Amino acid sequence: MAVNVVIGSVLVALGAAFLFLGALGIVRMPDLYNRMQAGTKATTLGNLLTLVGLGLIEPAWMLKLLLIALFVLMTNPISSHALARGAYRAGVPLTEGSVRDEYREALEEHGEEVPS
Amino acid sequence: MERAVRYLVSIAALWALWLALVGTLDPQEVVAGGVIAVLVTLVAGGAPFTGRSLRILAPKRLAWALAYIPYMVWAIVKANLDVARRVVDPRLPINPGIVRVKTRLKHPVARTALANSITLTPGTLSVDICGDELYIHWVDVQAKDIEEATREIVSGFERYLEVIFEDAA
Repeated sequence: MAVNVVIGSVLVALGAAFLFLGALGIVRMPDLYNRMQAGTKATTLGNLLTLVGLGLIEPAWMLKLLLIALFVLMTNPISSHALARGAYRAGVPLTEGSVRDEYREALEEHGEEVPS
Repeated sequence: MERAVRYLVSIAALWALWLALVGTLDPQEVVAGGVIAVLVTLVAGGAPFTGRSLRILAPKRLAWALAYIPYMVWAIVKANLDVARRVVDPRLPINPGIVRVKTRLKHPVARTALANSITLTPGTLSVDICGDELYIHWVDVQAKDIEEATREIVSGFERYLEVIFEDAA
């Protein structure tokens, strides 16, 4: 077996492992915001490793796969941010054990209604 | 004149992106890509490439932008390992909250890049931005006040983004 296929397969397997951890995080975390941390972080690396691994196995796809990786890197944080902000403004609470919420203070300062 | 340059750069960049994605120089794809690049540029009014953003092609900025890539990749790897470690730990060691940080960056694109970089890295998620203040959900709040939080979360990225997007030279 060619070296690139071996390394590529290892990367894809690692990527799958991180995607699994992301899924596990979504189950285990206590509230929406922490779930999103798991869902966005572990899956970024999971995606990147899977894409690069595939690129090593099929070198002809590499350029295209790197472009897809770039799109993931640019769009993933924007959708995460939009979801978190939307959820907060719709009144999804932080988990009980949260230590601080300076966002609510600021919103109240600006006289904005926050459902809770 | 600058308007024309802006449109041409936008068309060229979109065309190059199209060709890279289809991965062939088949005349059919070349023509289709050209038509779409022109249409998108017209619809967007050359928006992705303002006169300011063309200056990002200055060598110093380009060099810092390239240096930012490995910096980000390393930060993303750390972010993933950190979150993975918390997720598999049976005690689920988190200490979450939303903190406020301040940024020195002025340019809207620079602020967007900062917010996105923060979201991609260890345990931090940008929830909102209001002027020069960002609200960050932090899985493991370490800082006691806004200065400390800013130093922990923002400063590392700011050093790069300042040069890439705002350097006057």
